[in-house]
Amino acid sequence: MEKIRYERPIIQKMNTGLMNKFGTRTEYEPVTHIESVPVKSLINDYGSPLFVISEKQIRRNYQNATRIFKTRYPKVQFAWSYKTNYMNAVCQVFHQEGSWAEVVSGFEYEKAMGNGVPGNKIIFNGPDKTDEQLIKAARNNSLIHIDHYDELYSLIRLSEENKLKPRVAIRINMDTGIYPKWDRFGFNFENGQAWNALTRIISSEYLELVGLHCHIGTFMLSPSAYGIAAKNLCELAWKIKEKYNKVIQYIDLGGGFPSANTLKGAYLPGSDTVPSIDQFADAITDVILGYGFKHEDMPLLILETGRALIDDAGYLLGTVLASKRLSDGRRATILDFGVNSLFTSFWYDHKVSPAQAFGNHTEEMILYGPLCMNIDIVRESITMPLLEKGNHLVVHKVGAYNMTQWMQFITLRPNIVMIDIENKTHIIRKAETLEYLEQNEQIPEHLKENPLK
Amino acid sequence: MKLKKNIATSEEGFIFNPGTGDSFSANPIGTDIISLLKDNKSAETIVEIICAKYDVDQSQFVKDLDDFESQLKDYGISD
Repeated sequence: MEKIRYERPIIQKMNTGLMNKFGTRTEYEPVTHIESVPVKSLINDYGSPLFVISEKQIRRNYQNATRIFKTRYPKVQFAWSYKTNYMNAVCQVFHQEGSWAEVVSGFEYEKAMGNGVPGNKIIFNGPDKTDEQLIKAARNNSLIHIDHYDELYSLIRLSEENKLKPRVAIRINMDTGIYPKWDRFGFNFENGQAWNALTRIISSEYLELVGLHCHIGTFMLSPSAYGIAAKNLCELAWKIKEKYNKVIQYIDLGGGFPSANTLKGAYLPGSDTVPSIDQFADAITDVILGYGFKHEDMPLLILETGRALIDDAGYLLGTVLASKRLSDGRRATILDFGVNSLFTSFWYDHKVSPAQAFGNHTEEMILYGPLCMNIDIVRESITMPLLEKGNHLVVHKVGAYNMTQWMQFITLRPNIVMIDIENKTHIIRKAETLEYLEQNEQIPEHLKENPLK
Repeated sequence: MKLKKNIATSEEGFIFNPGTGDSFSANPIGTDIISLLKDNKSAETIVEIICAKYDVDQSQFVKDLDDFESQLKDYGISD
């Protein structure tokens, strides 16, 4: 007689009362393949945990976003936000699709150069640029986005000393009706600081003002805020043309479009609440088109979209280490990855799916990582099938920020694999080793002796 | 382990404790175990019967049975 498939015995107390109309979603639909590649074979071949990136999904996202903007406005350029995911293979997919590079540090600048991005297609943002980096960017004809007066005056001095005339824009912060207001970066629009900085640049013979930049926030859920930002930048561009007869070549609205992840504390899943890219494109392009620029003066629209183009192309595969019950009876499932690898679990209630079929019984549980820390929680509450040691899980939409903000803490960082458009797999970053980790460590001579040996 | 005498169970996995008014539901294997406990079967016998019926290693099931029994105790279903 064939034996019945086993699942752990459970008993659950039935609670009566009003139903929660937002109910907790039960994640029991198994995800057994990523782009036709079995999860099981990925884990067998590359270990667990494992980050997986779909090249096909990146290209789909990019092509979709460019189509949406270019069918509304004739001059659009995306610049890949390196900080969102600067794995070279990921950057190269974006560059192959036509994306420029947007970097926020000297290290990222070097990465973009190493990836073969021409200097004039690198946007150098951020408040931290050294004199050497500014000179290099100026010599490479990169677009330098000035963040503060100290940087502005440094750049004027460096340009004079080195006989350079860098192409610059300023970052402008403003009130777009959203909270928190990101006013720590750039020059303020409302109090006239931005205009003062612009006039200082225009009056300098050592700088060439080519653009206006803003970045109003992150994971923005309000398309209308982008409409306000676009209006303010258009107003400045118009004023510059009127007063100085100078055409602003581009306006750069930065990044901040959300992905379909669910923010912690949200009642409804991100897939139901996040505006589509079409809505952001409408809000932005309607304003620019309606501003009345002559055709030849219409600025190039630059977008530094990161998260919305990469998040759903990334997966984290993992394995159940143990299943236990807490003192209050709640189920706790311990996974082989935690907040050190999945940094974004601090912000999101990530969708987590089992990677194999289960019965219909489910239970509410906490998903813990393997770290010896109380805050190592992947999901505070999730309803899932009866997970057992050795079961595999798939975490969705992890492509943004995890592979740049992850921490080497307690465990080593795992392999990252890319599935190409023909469903072939490639390691794009090897799992770390103790040797890799210790290569920059040095032990003083007097500490080399270990009496316990 | 023994179930409390007044606990009512059904074949569908519905469990009722008339002493507290609490209702519970169990999955099929949980229902099987409760039924065996009701028949006063020993833990060894339960392991033997369940491992013959379900596709599970004995060591795995012994661990899960311990956990299940502690849940029954927490819910006040067993003594």
